[in-house]
Amino acid sequence: MTDLSQSPAGAAPEPRKHGGSLLEQTPRTKRRNAAEKRFRAYGIAAIAAGLVMLLILVTTIVGKGTGAFQQTFVTLEVELLESKLDKKGERNIEDIKKVTTFGYAPIIKGAMEAAVAEYGIETSLKAKELAGILSKDVAAQLRDYVIANPDQIGQTVEFRFLASSRVDGYLKGRVTRDSIVNDKNISAEQLDLVDALAAAGVLEKTFNLDFITGADASDARPEAAGIGVSMLGSLFMMLVVLALALPIGVAASIYLEEFAPQNWLTDMIEVNISNLAAVPSIVFGILGLAVFINYMHLPTSAPLVGGLVLTLMTLPTIIISTRASLKAVPPSIRDAALGVGASKMQAVFHHVLPLAAPGILTGTIIGLAQALGETAPLLLIGMVGFIASNAPETIADGLLAPNSAMPAQIYEWAKRADPAFYERAWGGIIILLLFLVTMNTLAVILRRRFERRW
Amino acid sequence: MPTFWLVALLLALSAAGYFGGRRRAIASAAGNVKDLHSLPSYYGYHVALAAFVPAIAALAIWLLVQPMFIESRVSGMIPAEAVPENSTIGLVMSDVRRVAEGLDLAVEQGLLTAREARNVAGGEQDIRALMGEVGVALGDDVRPEVLNASQAYRNLSNTGRAAMTAVVALLSLGGFAWAYSRIHKDFRARNVVERAVLALLIMAASLAILTTIGIVLSMLFETKNFFGLHSWTDFFFGSTWAPNFRGGSELSILPLLWGTLYISFIALLVAVPVGLFAAVYLSEYASGAVRSFAKPLLEILAGIPTIVYGLFALLTVGPALASLFAKGGFLGVEWMAGATSVLTAGLVMGIMLIPFVSSLSDDIINAVPQALRDGSLGLGATKSETVRQVVMPAALPGIVGAVLLAASRAIGETMIVVMGAGAIAKFSANPLESMTTITTRIVSQLTGDTDFASPETLVAFALGLTLFVLTLGLNVLALYIVRKYREQYE
Repeated sequence: MTDLSQSPAGAAPEPRKHGGSLLEQTPRTKRRNAAEKRFRAYGIAAIAAGLVMLLILVTTIVGKGTGAFQQTFVTLEVELLESKLDKKGERNIEDIKKVTTFGYAPIIKGAMEAAVAEYGIETSLKAKELAGILSKDVAAQLRDYVIANPDQIGQTVEFRFLASSRVDGYLKGRVTRDSIVNDKNISAEQLDLVDALAAAGVLEKTFNLDFITGADASDARPEAAGIGVSMLGSLFMMLVVLALALPIGVAASIYLEEFAPQNWLTDMIEVNISNLAAVPSIVFGILGLAVFINYMHLPTSAPLVGGLVLTLMTLPTIIISTRASLKAVPPSIRDAALGVGASKMQAVFHHVLPLAAPGILTGTIIGLAQALGETAPLLLIGMVGFIASNAPETIADGLLAPNSAMPAQIYEWAKRADPAFYERAWGGIIILLLFLVTMNTLAVILRRRFERRW
Repeated sequence: MPTFWLVALLLALSAAGYFGGRRRAIASAAGNVKDLHSLPSYYGYHVALAAFVPAIAALAIWLLVQPMFIESRVSGMIPAEAVPENSTIGLVMSDVRRVAEGLDLAVEQGLLTAREARNVAGGEQDIRALMGEVGVALGDDVRPEVLNASQAYRNLSNTGRAAMTAVVALLSLGGFAWAYSRIHKDFRARNVVERAVLALLIMAASLAILTTIGIVLSMLFETKNFFGLHSWTDFFFGSTWAPNFRGGSELSILPLLWGTLYISFIALLVAVPVGLFAAVYLSEYASGAVRSFAKPLLEILAGIPTIVYGLFALLTVGPALASLFAKGGFLGVEWMAGATSVLTAGLVMGIMLIPFVSSLSDDIINAVPQALRDGSLGLGATKSETVRQVVMPAALPGIVGAVLLAASRAIGETMIVVMGAGAIAKFSANPLESMTTITTRIVSQLTGDTDFASPETLVAFALGLTLFVLTLGLNVLALYIVRKYREQYE
């Protein structure tokens, strides 16, 4: 009360700094309120910016990638002339194999001419240019068919051929009449022919299963490239990661969480795990190259090596999440088990671990998803480039034969010069993201379904 | 695949051990399980572990050591004068390995008998043609020294493999017999098994240390080789990055470091304000509904693989920037030569880092005690004043830690810069020029045909080591700051 007694009783009250009425805002209050509103607006703008980026990203991916799931095909009646394919007429498979893909060119030209004549399309194009709207893959496709079915020589068979990537791009709007002025691969007259064939129903755009199941193709044939084989490469890598990272990660977490004494070794392990979690992924690639390939001479480009590298990379993630779910199991469970005479090991393996399993599984799936999208280390161990043209036949092949992986395949397409490959790259991203979304959804469902609150 | 069958054999033996051990234990107690010291399955595990673990460990060690041993023996056989000029012992050794591999393939395909392959001599047969036939491409003709060395290599590896199979199988059988013979109803099987399991758990946990050691050693050795071939002063203090595979390269890290730091700086310029404001809004202003909607959506950005961002930079952001700033662009200026630039990579990397900054800062802001906010609001401060003058200063060390972690991510990021930043190493302050980074150069020096004896390849390891040290330093610093801050409030 000293303050009160010291204040002079009769002093005139100081004029109020903040003006007269409380209902009226002083300039200072207005300024402060405006600052408050601005601050809030900044926050909203920041979140909106983040969400807009996400939206742009998603629309770009969907907008540019869906085209890859459709492909232009030309349906043609092809007469498999005996005079060209089997001059001796003996149906000797060795003779038939001697005819190279060049030998099939006249047959394809003939089939195109026949189709043009059948539908009454008038064109000044020569036979070679007619066949130019078809993919370069067509001759090989025809040859494979003939070698598999030599008895069909001399017959007329209906085939569904890939159109060239320019024709495909024209139907999808990527290639326009303006953009082909300087393009020596296609001319305006060929596009007229494409329009006419499309009107006749010979040439149409349909769902492209080959993109999902097929192998990569060389630079000249973007229309034939698919992501299927590299998908298998990714699958085998994920199997390796799952088979190694899950048991090792769980074992390491159990030790650190349940048994480790407080000593320098434990400290050292903990420090190492938290550091490894933040090491750039490319450093793991260098490790893989130096240790697995240069030192141990494991095969280059093999999914096994990729899996080993990704295992080392995902281990910290799995260990961190496993430890969290082990920690979430209340001590009363352990105490109860110990109380009825279980050993510490039994308490952990029989009681704590099963209760922590959903959390461990969730963490593992998230770790796998992270490994599935990783590219940089794979570049260093040679899993990039036009590698595998066939799907592996055995499990050993799948692990050891050179292959690519989905993200590395996407990178490879993005590097190529022909813009037709970009569409493939975006399409590949859609597939990759579908996998990731599925895995993450699975993890969320597992967590929701089995998460237990103690 | 003999290794595969060896592992299968071990698995079969240990499975047999489990059932055998179990049965013997029960038999020794005359069928009365209560007389046993441990549960019957522990006796089984005991035999199974003894049959499997030492043998598989021996197998792993053998597989690791054998190549090193053979390499040193065989390379000792090649006289120094047999190494051609402008080649190295490493290259000759890779020829030796390829020839040995080719001979194996030839035997496998029936072109040679095993005996012929052992005795084949350069004079009688064209080895190179033979190699071509089995699909092993060789640069030039096989010289007699190389052929001899590769014969020795084959012999050594065949003997090694046979010895390995014998040792591993013996170890497994020995372990089986030893453990089986110990089984008796009073044998304390559970204690033994639990001790073994604990040892396995410790080994799994130590893998983290092993990985770190592997990373450091693998890069350290090659870096040492690199500094043997190239002066370290040029690497650390030179000013030009101009690798030339014909020799005389200038390999300095400084231009790469500049590119890396510049791009990371732009990325942080995008990510830190956006991420920080988003975090403040989400933790201080947003209603529960907005928070539960916006936070997971923002975090999707962190779950998208970097290859997607790389493609986005290469095909969307780069061309968009080029349509503004390049020749014939919207603004009518000519500041940009192509689609790749520091700005392209920096912007996209910034988008990637937004959720990283925002969720870390969100946690830190939430950890500031509510009493501080209540005190400030009670004194009449507005909400934004409270955030700026009370919450932020309290959360600052944590936020600095978050930014440092984001910076370390930016420095180590690879795919976005490989696809968006370009390949030209230079010092320039213009963000519209393309520049290159440490990670980009590591990728380009180590992909394709690499020769591990040239400084142009080995420099990648020195770059990797620098990158490792740089990111490690940032992480340790960030963790130190965050930890110190936590102690204040808890």
